[in-house]
Amino acid sequence: MGTVIGIWIAAGLTLCIYSFLYKDNPFYKFAEHLFVGVSAGYTIAITWHKVVTRLIWSPMKDDGNFAVLIPAAIGLLMFSRFIPKYRWLIRWPMGFMIGVGAGAAIPRTMQSLIFEQAGATLQPFTTINSIVITIGVLCTLIYFFFSVEHKGPVGVVSKVGTFFLMVSFGAAFGYTIMARISLLIGRVYFLLHDWLHIAQ
Amino acid sequence: MRIPEKLANLDRRYIFILIALTVIMPLLLPIGMPITETSEVKSVYDYIEELPPESTILIALDYDPAALAELDPMALALLRHAFAKKIKVVGMTLWVTGTTLGDITMRKAADGIAQEGEDYVYLGFVPGAANVIMRMGEDISAIFPKDYSGRPLEEIPMMNSIKNYKDIALVVDLAAGSTPEAWVVYAGTKYDQTIAVGCTAVSAVGYYPFLNSKQIIGLIGGMKGAAEYESMTGNRGTATAGMDSQSIAHIAIILLIIIANVSYFAMRKNGEENH
Repeated sequence: MGTVIGIWIAAGLTLCIYSFLYKDNPFYKFAEHLFVGVSAGYTIAITWHKVVTRLIWSPMKDDGNFAVLIPAAIGLLMFSRFIPKYRWLIRWPMGFMIGVGAGAAIPRTMQSLIFEQAGATLQPFTTINSIVITIGVLCTLIYFFFSVEHKGPVGVVSKVGTFFLMVSFGAAFGYTIMARISLLIGRVYFLLHDWLHIAQ
Repeated sequence: MRIPEKLANLDRRYIFILIALTVIMPLLLPIGMPITETSEVKSVYDYIEELPPESTILIALDYDPAALAELDPMALALLRHAFAKKIKVVGMTLWVTGTTLGDITMRKAADGIAQEGEDYVYLGFVPGAANVIMRMGEDISAIFPKDYSGRPLEEIPMMNSIKNYKDIALVVDLAAGSTPEAWVVYAGTKYDQTIAVGCTAVSAVGYYPFLNSKQIIGLIGGMKGAAEYESMTGNRGTATAGMDSQSIAHIAIILLIIIANVSYFAMRKNGEENH
């Protein structure tokens, strides 16, 4: 019975959201606000039960591990942002996060996103793919090099780079259309199969 | 008003109705269009297919209900494939709003074919993304002391032999956001972990460079990728059901783009003639 009620509520809210396609109306506004509120409430509930209770309270209560209070206190300093007199305290957690984040991220990111990608790009010209990729990467990089005016040979190369950029934008746009249609199909399938039971 | 101008000023709600019909009709009257396999999805399937029984894979269910339509079919197909091959699955998520959804999906896939604690475990959510990924490379139980239901990991039979990435044959990140980048950068680069990515179609374009540089072994993109995987495993699911609608809708959009461009150039030509 609970599942049936849930399906009817979900179907009703889906139709409320889609009613916006005709024009803005109170049903859409209600569903939109409900979605925002439920998302925020769910996030807070999960954060409380799965993070605060499990990672801070339980170690102290069950294992006597009070060391967790140190990172918890540093994390709480983030809220000092809202007290004008103590706003400067946020520099401590921010500095900690940026320092740790940068230290962990920079070497790995450079290896993964720069060196590995450069290695994969500079391949022997044994296939058409490798030729096209190398030309595309070089021409696109030259397009973004603005210290030299894009005239003459540089202008021609940057135009080729523009062409490659347009092709990639088209591919990205095509994938985006596919994604949005997929989300629509998901909702329509729910309405026809789970709610109305008229689709296979 | 001439036809090109009528088309240019067409109320967009007629287009909404057209798209709605192209999605609804194939779901009610399936056509059964063939689903072609792509190498990037097949490589994920082949890797799991070739894993010996009792291997372990980790599936990161990094998505929330907003991406359910594309990623849940993928997750179900992968999980059922793993369970059929007697491969153990460790599930977790880096997305707070997908925490409960991950548990629901794993239970749905395991229903009748896999036993929690013996064949799969769902660890739930811990904040930190990059820190979680790096910490799991040392000791999974340090970052996930208990599973989602609150059971200590030392009490879960299958976790006795799984300490870190060395005991995991494959990490599959099913992502609605940019978490695959974190998995590749931290798990792939630091711990040399084998990684496959399943993602929404809108993100797929950004992960092909990782595929081309062999930093990931395969890429399952969007509902189409999920349908391919369902087809390979022989289990027809929601992704396969949606493929007819996807194809028809795409054809409709292509025709609309052509009509719009023809009317634009016709209007421009009429404007030049009038001058």
